[in-house]
Amino acid sequence: MIRNPRDLQRYTASERANHWIVGICFILLALSGLAFFHPALFPLVNLFGGGTWARILHPWIGVVMALFFIIMFFRFACLNLMRGADWDWLSKVGKMVDGNDHDMPEQGKYNGGQKLLFWLLTLCMALIIGSGVVMWRSQFDFPVGLVRTAVVVHAAAAAFMIGLIFVHVYAAIWTRGTIRAMLYGTVTRAWAKQHHRGWYRQMTGKN
Amino acid sequence: MALQSLDIARRSATTTEMPRARETTEVAKLIDVSACIGCKACQAACMEWNDIRPEVGNNVGIYDNPQDLDDKTWTLMRFTEVEEEGRLEWLIRKDGCMHCTDPGCLKACPSPGAIIQYSNGIVDFHQENCIGCGYCVTGCPFDIPRISKTDNKAYKCSLCSDRVAVGQAPACAKACPTGAIKFGAKEDMVHYAEARIDDLKERGYRNAGLYDPQGVGGTHVMYVLQHADKPALYAGLPQDPQISPAVALWKGVAKPLALLALGATAVGSLFHYVMKGPNEVSKELEEEMEKEDAQ
Repeated sequence: MIRNPRDLQRYTASERANHWIVGICFILLALSGLAFFHPALFPLVNLFGGGTWARILHPWIGVVMALFFIIMFFRFACLNLMRGADWDWLSKVGKMVDGNDHDMPEQGKYNGGQKLLFWLLTLCMALIIGSGVVMWRSQFDFPVGLVRTAVVVHAAAAAFMIGLIFVHVYAAIWTRGTIRAMLYGTVTRAWAKQHHRGWYRQMTGKN
Repeated sequence: MALQSLDIARRSATTTEMPRARETTEVAKLIDVSACIGCKACQAACMEWNDIRPEVGNNVGIYDNPQDLDDKTWTLMRFTEVEEEGRLEWLIRKDGCMHCTDPGCLKACPSPGAIIQYSNGIVDFHQENCIGCGYCVTGCPFDIPRISKTDNKAYKCSLCSDRVAVGQAPACAKACPTGAIKFGAKEDMVHYAEARIDDLKERGYRNAGLYDPQGVGGTHVMYVLQHADKPALYAGLPQDPQISPAVALWKGVAKPLALLALGATAVGSLFHYVMKGPNEVSKELEEEMEKEDAQ
């Protein structure tokens, strides 16, 4: 692809690196976690060197993901505060999914869907980190009643989060010209004007 | 152990049928608490047969020694002093795996073949497949499995499955000097227990009875209790043990439902793309920007 020098910078190199560290950790955690969740997926442990290795590695990868997620949270939290226009956008999301984006309210750097996803992912991460610590038997020894609650919370929040990431990844594939923002940082002006008009105006000073 | 033994009833994290060509008699160990003198011969025999040596502990003022089950202590006498109807009683219960018909440990275990239930009712841990996650601990309503601090594998009483397989009684039953531990077909043990309970009732223990809790489908280690109406007297033996609802939900309906929901999301996304097409930048906008660039 020929890069246009007038393309708009959406993510800095360090934001992108941060995102992909979280992303890689997520994939590894989802694969090993699903292996423990359902017998049909247990063979996935072989990607990690067997069941015992998957059990040893899963929480440590979780620690790395938790750290980098927290950093990413502070990078993007302010940009994701929900405003009136976001709820309006969300109420019309059905039309958007149907393929008609003409009536959608104008959006800043992130639309209502992206913002809602951000907060749901944050909630899932908080639940997963808390319950994960309780379940980490080689390091901690919590009362069994608490562990029983933690295993359910961990599984439910993780399954929901995997679903959210499916939506996140699909939205990036579906909206053409989006993935490059997380790969090399820029998007075209036309992309910005169509999907994030408010951000386009802010970045270019044009209408 | 290999499935070749053909007498496997259940295997952890396995959703298909087990080879059950060979039917075996359901066995049980009957512990008559009223006949136990607390000599700990069973504990010593367990250590000796299984060749495990727990660390020598300290006296903390009670007879329980060691103080709790651990990876090298698979059975333990628990001593309780209670006053029932104005009489002081010394209740001594031999604690250990109950070998449930519906084992919570096996239900919770994520590793195929790490926990096995034989058709004779014995629930056995196979450390070769144990990954050390500790899920079995959450599944057990009796607080029995222990994870080793050194090798992170789970351990518990095997009901001497190796001895039973060749027609021997478990080491503890063999060593008991008072006949408080009996081993045989479960049917025979229930029958024997009835006679013991009748005897206890005659001697004034009105609530004597058999502990074979149905919440876990019955157990293959049963107790004759002087006060069967109050099992909690015996060092906290649960009144109505059941697999925790949290564990039942987690390892029950949640598993297929979550996979179905995730699969539907993935397939739904693909079909959305195929049917609605991608969300592309409009031609007009692209041309507008091209004109701008040309300026």
